[in-house]
Amino acid sequence: MSVQILIVAEHDGTRLNVSTAKCVTCARAVSGAVVTVAVFAADAAAVAAQAAQLAGVDKVLAVDNPANAHALAAVLAPQVAALAGPYALVLGPSTTFGKDLMARVGGLLDAPQVSDIMAIESAVRFRRPIYAGNAILTVEAVDAPKVVGTVRTASFEGAASGGSAAVEKVSLNVTLPTHTRFVSVSAARNDRPDLQTAARVISGGRALGSADGFKILYSLADKVGAAVGASRAAVDAGYAPNEMQVGQTGKIIAPELYMAVGISGAIQHLTGIKDARTIVAINKDGEAPIFEVADFGLVGDLFQVIPEIERLL
Amino acid sequence: MKRILVGIKRVVDYNVRIRVKPDGTGVVTDGVKMSINPFDEIALEEALRIKERGGADEVVVATVGPADTQQQLRTALAMGADRALLVQADGVIEPLVAARALLKLVEREQPLLVILGKQAIDDDNGQTAQILAALWNRPQATYASKIEITGETARVTREVDAGLETLDVDLPAVISTDLRLNEPRYVKLPDIMKAKKKPLDTLPLADLGVQARTQLKLVRFEAPPQRQKGIRVKDAAELVDALKKKGLL
Repeated sequence: MSVQILIVAEHDGTRLNVSTAKCVTCARAVSGAVVTVAVFAADAAAVAAQAAQLAGVDKVLAVDNPANAHALAAVLAPQVAALAGPYALVLGPSTTFGKDLMARVGGLLDAPQVSDIMAIESAVRFRRPIYAGNAILTVEAVDAPKVVGTVRTASFEGAASGGSAAVEKVSLNVTLPTHTRFVSVSAARNDRPDLQTAARVISGGRALGSADGFKILYSLADKVGAAVGASRAAVDAGYAPNEMQVGQTGKIIAPELYMAVGISGAIQHLTGIKDARTIVAINKDGEAPIFEVADFGLVGDLFQVIPEIERLL
Repeated sequence: MKRILVGIKRVVDYNVRIRVKPDGTGVVTDGVKMSINPFDEIALEEALRIKERGGADEVVVATVGPADTQQQLRTALAMGADRALLVQADGVIEPLVAARALLKLVEREQPLLVILGKQAIDDDNGQTAQILAALWNRPQATYASKIEITGETARVTREVDAGLETLDVDLPAVISTDLRLNEPRYVKLPDIMKAKKKPLDTLPLADLGVQARTQLKLVRFEAPPQRQKGIRVKDAAELVDALKKKGLL
């Protein structure tokens, strides 16, 4: 039996975010899945073409509208809801984009949402972390004709390229609100790999002591092609901007290599990194909880160890 | 009357170490300290600050939960909320139900602003603010780290994956709070005494005309898999060697 699944694409207007490829992998885990990706943009053609190339995508819907130039949940949600009719499952990524949008979609559809799907057992049965990852819950939708979900991107590999789905232009007859208006977004620097998709991540904690202290991490990161992250304590102290925060309330990541430098390892931080393949901890306190989860632990002064690692490479 | 409605949830205190029951039916909550969800405390603090700046006349705090949630409402009153509403319901309250109950309160109270935490730290659903905004057909500004109200508009800075996004939303609107919006005040003893005299009304969920349906069956709770403890290396050279051997550098 086929199961119709709709995925709402995340993108920046020109490039499809890798979170969408991860949603495709999640959707494909449902037996009989027929996967449609919807792209909402001012001009969706370029992003729709990228979505069509993902293996496992059966169809792409491109919805052009000048109102879609910025991803505003209040503007996108009624459009997603208008498309959702034939689909049993409507998915988006569990990123700030998807979390903001999908719950509003669920509200419009009167459909229950499963947040942070980490495994999908069927179109109605899912596993998800609760209590900041301290427990894993299996939930099953009952008496729900439609289910909305957000996909925990760290739990899925991105779908490969090699697909050739048809792209269909769709125009929707939906009245869109004007009560929510985009003003600006801070320009994120993009000369380093993206924190959420980087194979290597080096994160610093409060022990770095200042924004200046983080420079030794940036230097090492640039040498090994790593992204730089930070603990909540370091962000709260103003050593690093909020978008660098790794953890339950920041970004949840799954790099090949994670180096925690001067991070003690509070539960909420560990929640954000536990899917990392290899964890390295560098800390002067040998009793720090980060060592409990680290594959390699080094007790020492980070201000000596980090430059030395850089010299040895 | 310019009113702000703040939603709070009673949750296991964030300092409690969570243990899954051996039979997989839930997490241990017997004898465990319960508190206001930390993000909701931030929501209340922000509402109080807006009122103190003259941006609102009254702060109403509301919750959907069991009778015991009165304790958390009293704490909220001690922080400075003017009155409290308890929509009483037992068992699991799914976000759609919580949002429907809040919508009923919104219709009664006609707030200028509804402020909620971005997620509760127990079920980590992170949905109620967005659902309420959808049902109310009003703007939402989630993950707020700054709120400025000018006349009929709120300018909200949001913590998003790319950095900080700024939106203008027409009021009334729903805002959900992120960590860095503010630091909630401590409750002082005289305020706890004063809070006992503030109004706290209890309404059964059914009296609001909201059905307590559950559409997500909680099948099984499990403890997360533990990572194997690794090895200690003595210096940078040994670490670099080990990582090179694994092809990681």
